Amino acid sequence: MSPATAALTKRQLAARVAADIPRGAYVNLGIGLPTLVADLLPADADVTLHTENGMLGMGPAAAPGRADPDLVNAGKTPVTELPGASYFHQADSFAMMRGGHIDVCVLGAFEVSTRGDLANWSTGEPGAVPAVGGAMDLAVGARRTVVMMTLLTKDGRPKLVETCALPLTGVRCVSRIYTDLAVFDVGPTGARLVETFGTTAAELEDALGLRLRRAE
Amino acid sequence: MTRVRFAQTPAEALGEVADGATVMIGGFGPAGQPAALVEALLAHDARDLVIISNNAGNGDDPLARLVRDGRVRKIVCSFPRQTDSWHFDDAYRAGRVELELVPQGNLAERIRAAGAGIGGFYTPTGFGTPLAAGKETRRIDGVDHVFELPLRADLALVRAHRADGVGNLVYRKTARNFGPIMAAAAARAVVQVDEVVPTGGLDPEAVVTPGIYVSAVVASASRERAPV
Repeated sequence: MSPATAALTKRQLAARVAADIPRGAYVNLGIGLPTLVADLLPADADVTLHTENGMLGMGPAAAPGRADPDLVNAGKTPVTELPGASYFHQADSFAMMRGGHIDVCVLGAFEVSTRGDLANWSTGEPGAVPAVGGAMDLAVGARRTVVMMTLLTKDGRPKLVETCALPLTGVRCVSRIYTDLAVFDVGPTGARLVETFGTTAAELEDALGLRLRRAE
Repeated sequence: MTRVRFAQTPAEALGEVADGATVMIGGFGPAGQPAALVEALLAHDARDLVIISNNAGNGDDPLARLVRDGRVRKIVCSFPRQTDSWHFDDAYRAGRVELELVPQGNLAERIRAAGAGIGGFYTPTGFGTPLAAGKETRRIDGVDHVFELPLRADLALVRAHRADGVGNLVYRKTARNFGPIMAAAAARAVVQVDEVVPTGGLDPEAVVTPGIYVSAVVASASRERAPV
């Protein structure tokens, strides 16, 4: 277990996610927190970024004054293209996902269950205007779907849960969860603690109200 | 079968639109939105429209104003909620517009299926979620799938970059998004381009949408130009 003595900052968390992305991978980063991962990939990572609105080889955000309205990412933020980039239409972009060609997808989440169910599109509040975008396609389409989130909500409730209470995005689709306090593997046999940051397994079990299997 | 028609104005390109028509509108947010054609649809008097589009309008853009003005009965869409989707949000909360929320990849594939004459498809997307409630399911190779039907339209409004004299189209960067599949999925595809070039002026290897899918073309410079 890692001897980290404090919870990770967002940037450290993004670096931790980036460290697990295999060299040469094709990767989709969800909007919000996961977008940070792009800035923290090692220089020799040779990672190709996919954006589901129709591009491979996406580069960093466009510099101020250099935005091209025809070149945006999934969050509709102006971005840039790298040498070797390609463009394609929406059906091809999601076929790339569904067909198992994208190696890793990093998504944000409201809740993840210990068996890997994901809830990240609806807070379930009455009167809320719903929106789903590509979340459901991404969750089940990538070869490996991981989540990046804070472990607790702003008011201290766990986001890793036995059973999701919020409307699901996908069933048993997440394999690993990266949080500010710990990394977990989730799946058919429940949650397994991989690494902690500034906390202990016992403290986590207490905070989450869950039994966690431990890494050897 | 009908050869492409070149119009002088967006209104002439749009032609007649019936009340209750199903209209696909290309674009991912503002990228690829055929603003001049949607303006022409606003100026037209067609009502009770069913709109198929990834988003439900940003700010006061023409798609947002269609919703604001009560011209849209239903919208089929993956991401209506934006920071500036106030016209849709108001209409939705007031029950003035019906929403069919569709995962983005399913939206794309349902449109593609319509254009390709496919009667539907099974996909793992959405299985076990509220958006698949009541839909037929089937386990294929150990994976649960949901059956999805094609989405077709009477009219598609598309923005491309260039057209040649037979209606072949090329697009620009991520503004391509829904254009090619919507052009194929509608009885009539009307396309707004930045520029019309002579036949032979597009590399056949680079054509994205062949002219067979295109009904009418209008050149319109009504979009922000990229910085050089």
